[in-house]
Amino acid sequence: MTVKARIFVTYKESVFDPQGQAITDAVQSLGHPEVEKINVGKFFDVQLDPATKSVAQTVSEISEQLLVNFNLETYRYELLEEQQ
Amino acid sequence: MKIAIIVFPGSNCDVDLFEALHSVCGATAQYVSYQEKSLAGFDAVMIPGGFSYGDYLRCGAIARFSNIMPEVVRFAAAGKPVLGICNGFQILTEAGLLPGALKRNNGLKFICKTTALTVENNETPFTNQYQAKEKIYLPIAHADGSYYAQKDVLAQLEAKHQVVFRYADENPNGSLNDIAGIINETGNVLGMMPHPERAVEALLGNVDGLRVFTALLAGNGYQKEAIR
Repeated sequence: MTVKARIFVTYKESVFDPQGQAITDAVQSLGHPEVEKINVGKFFDVQLDPATKSVAQTVSEISEQLLVNFNLETYRYELLEEQQ
Repeated sequence: MKIAIIVFPGSNCDVDLFEALHSVCGATAQYVSYQEKSLAGFDAVMIPGGFSYGDYLRCGAIARFSNIMPEVVRFAAAGKPVLGICNGFQILTEAGLLPGALKRNNGLKFICKTTALTVENNETPFTNQYQAKEKIYLPIAHADGSYYAQKDVLAQLEAKHQVVFRYADENPNGSLNDIAGIINETGNVLGMMPHPERAVEALLGNVDGLRVFTALLAGNGYQKEAIR
C-alpha cells in the first residue's frame, strides 16, 4: 500500500522571512491593502509504504534528519487523499 | 603543515583556496574529495565556498551527509583546526559543528562586494596576527549569508567571545549582531562568510585575508620567512 504525505516546512514565527516580506509588499502595491502578511514555505510530497514503519514515524525521522533546520524552521504534515 | 581542502560537487572556491595556501603562502595543501573517508596525515581542514549540491534544499544541507563529513567531525573533536568559508561555513552549521544557521539575505539579492569587518576576537589560531578590533576589508559573495541563532545561543556566543568577525560600517545581509564569522567553544572550528582567500595578493589590491592563513601556519611551526 502506498500512502502520500505532504510535509510543510516554514520559518518559525520569530524568524524574519525576506521573501514573504517582498511578496507582501508586492501584493499590497497591487491594490490589496487587506492582505496583512504573507509567509513563504515549502512542501515535500512523500510517497511511502507504511507497512513496516508508521507514516508519523517516517515523517518525523526524515524531517529531523534532513528536511528541516530546527534553528530556523518548523514543520507539519498531512495525508493526501488518493487521487484517481 | 599539511592542509586538506574538501571538494564537494559544486565547490568553486577550492582552487582560489589552494593557490592562497600553496602559491602565496608556500604551504602544503591537497584537494580531498567529499567521497573520501579519511583525513589521516592532515593537520588542518578547510571547506571552501561554492554551491555544494546546487544549494538544493538548504545551503550545505546535503553536503553534510557526504562520506568525508563524519571524519571532519572527528577531526574537529580532536581539537584540530577546521576553517569553513562561505558555503563551508554553511556546511559547518548544518553539520552541527557551529551553532545557528545562515539564511537568505534580507535584501534577497546575491551580494558580491568588499565589506568592512571588525576583528572581534584576535586570540584564535586563525586571527592572532590581527590587532584587537582591527578594521579589515574582505570580499563577500553570497545569497544566503544572514546569520541567525536563537537569543540564548547569540548571548552565549557573545559571552564566550565566539564572534570572531563582525560587519563594520554596514550590515549587508541582516545577520543578527552583525555576525560575519564565529568560532566554536573550544576555539578550533571557524566559520566565516567573507572570503579571505580572495584577498591575499597586493597585486590584486587587497591582502587583508592573508593573515588568516599565515596565523594558522605560524601556529604550527611554519617558518614565516618562507611566506612569499
